[in-house]
Amino acid sequence: MYKYNDFDSAFVASRNAQFRSQVERRVDGSLTEDEFKPLRLMNGLYLQLHAYMLRVAIPYGTLNGARMRKLAEIADRWDKGYGHFTTRQNIQYNWPILSDVPDMLDALAEVEMHAIQTSGNTIRNVTSDHFAGAAADEIEDPRPVAELLRQWSTDHPEFQFLPRKFKIAVTGSPNDRAVTKAHDIGLRMVRNDAGEPGFEVIVGGGLGRTPMVGKVLTPFLPKADLLPYCEAIVSVYNLLGRRDNKYKARIKITVHENGLDKIRELVEARFKTLRAEFAGNDQKLLAEIEEHFAAPAYKSAPADAYQAYYDADPVFRSWADTNLDAHKNDDYAIVTVSIKAHGQTPGDASSDQMRVMADLAEQYGHDELRISHQQNVILPHVHKSDLPAVHEALKAVGLATANLGLISDIIACPGMDYCALATARSIPVAQQIAIRFDELKLEHDIGELQIKISGCINACGHHHVGHIGILGLDRAGVENYQITLGGDATETAAIGERAGPGFAYDEIVPAIERLVLGYLDLRNDAEETFIEAYQRLGAEPFKAVLYPDDRKRNAA
Amino acid sequence: MSRTFKPKVVTANALIEGDVVYLTADDRWTRTHAEAELITTEERAAIRLSFGEAQDGIVVGVYLADAIASENGPQPIHFREEFRAVGPSNYNHGKQAEQANV
Ligand code: SF4
Repeated sequence: MYKYNDFDSAFVASRNAQFRSQVERRVDGSLTEDEFKPLRLMNGLYLQLHAYMLRVAIPYGTLNGARMRKLAEIADRWDKGYGHFTTRQNIQYNWPILSDVPDMLDALAEVEMHAIQTSGNTIRNVTSDHFAGAAADEIEDPRPVAELLRQWSTDHPEFQFLPRKFKIAVTGSPNDRAVTKAHDIGLRMVRNDAGEPGFEVIVGGGLGRTPMVGKVLTPFLPKADLLPYCEAIVSVYNLLGRRDNKYKARIKITVHENGLDKIRELVEARFKTLRAEFAGNDQKLLAEIEEHFAAPAYKSAPADAYQAYYDADPVFRSWADTNLDAHKNDDYAIVTVSIKAHGQTPGDASSDQMRVMADLAEQYGHDELRISHQQNVILPHVHKSDLPAVHEALKAVGLATANLGLISDIIACPGMDYCALATARSIPVAQQIAIRFDELKLEHDIGELQIKISGCINACGHHHVGHIGILGLDRAGVENYQITLGGDATETAAIGERAGPGFAYDEIVPAIERLVLGYLDLRNDAEETFIEAYQRLGAEPFKAVLYPDDRKRNAA
Repeated sequence: MSRTFKPKVVTANALIEGDVVYLTADDRWTRTHAEAELITTEERAAIRLSFGEAQDGIVVGVYLADAIASENGPQPIHFREEFRAVGPSNYNHGKQAEQANV
């Protein structure tokens, strides 16, 4: 894991001291809200529906035990004993008091964390594959590159007032688990014909009001060119992006309006200058960063105990079948801890749960933790012989739900339970869907299915790329939920198609139930997933089960 | 009274706690919706809004929200204001928790 150098520590300390005095001046009346608001936003402090909200960056979703434990301590001391993990691999505290926030930031700095650039028209937390450094299908660990991008983008003087916020995602695997095609810049590691690793550079993806799948700016960029190339993209956007209209200010619109070819031409030209100016210093820095990300010292121990336990304990077996992924070391597994117990708020972990995960990381996981954009927590390196112990410990604190990738593993944004921008609630819809399918005992039979819920058009809940997407809207003063079908968040990214008229709050869960039971009738066999059946059959049969009355009307 | 004026309350968030507050007829900020002043004319609404906005050292984000009279004082109309008056639906936090303790 990256360790701050003196420069990093001094920078964060001075920013925290500045913010402390800004808060003091706000409280004593020297600063008006108009003056203070941009300052607090620069430090990740929002004012939401019921309270302030502090958004803390978790760089590329990577934590260790000490950091997780500090997040728990902050939750206990200054919040209500829990935190909310977000789709951008960050953590949000929903109840801080303004005058406590400087202390919270100082506590974060003790473990080399901060909330800088988690808001505003800057380059936000760089997100990455949550299996980075562990996945069996990985070409290279993408985190050194993510850290390089983080250092470059933090406080970058040219990029503090971009036309709009800017999000970068990077993955080291050809199988995209980081939704790179829905980012302003997506970087997907691939190999060229000579077998060398490099990046497919994707630009102009994004969800929100105008969802767009990112376009390939260059199919193969040598690794060494990455930083000047990214700077070239952002600097072209900085000049060309529209500042006259907030809704047209993201780079996806810049690319759309100017055309990919023109953008490519400008980027290439700028890149030539920049690469010369960088003069290889970025590569020197990258080499230093890479040392921080050495693979753990894997232990060699027999893994037979795992198999015996697997055969003997059906609860463990069910969990192992859903929540484990293949590790690059055959004796290890990647453990995904579900933060989606049926009926709980997706992504919310209590301080006790955080401490247990911190302990497990230290005891069994080479002190590594990851947050996924799917709002779960990952122990990326667990030796198979330790899995039964890990499972037992998770079970004791309600973290052993065996539902990864299943219908109750729902992404949900905070929605109108917290978010000031929301047009409807998301959380209770997610809770009710999870409870309903748990009652029906159909979850494992249904198999792989991604439901993603957003509480407004901003799409923080990624509804456009859910196999089933749910968007909460305000229709004449009443909550109304629109369903989209067929979205895809992987390297074959696709925006879901709207199914038809929306559903009222008390109709949306029954509608989802109809849809999913309909799928069980429509699928070829138990192997065909929801999205495969949708791709084979198209939208019509699914719409027919969603809107049975329409069909009757049309037939009449 | 103007022809179609919908009654309103002045609402905001408290500067320090961020909690939702409402302006009362006697110029206080209350945490309870039912204690708010129910404003019934456009003229009064403008006066009370600018009074609230001037209190930048105490409250943040002042605006007018539709409300309706009831036996127990003004009640919110829009569901967003209902949530603001009570708290989130996933935990017993915010106003619903505090008011249960009173
Ligand atoms: S999608 Fe909308 S409601 Fe949900 S968190 Fe984002 S801005 Fe808030």
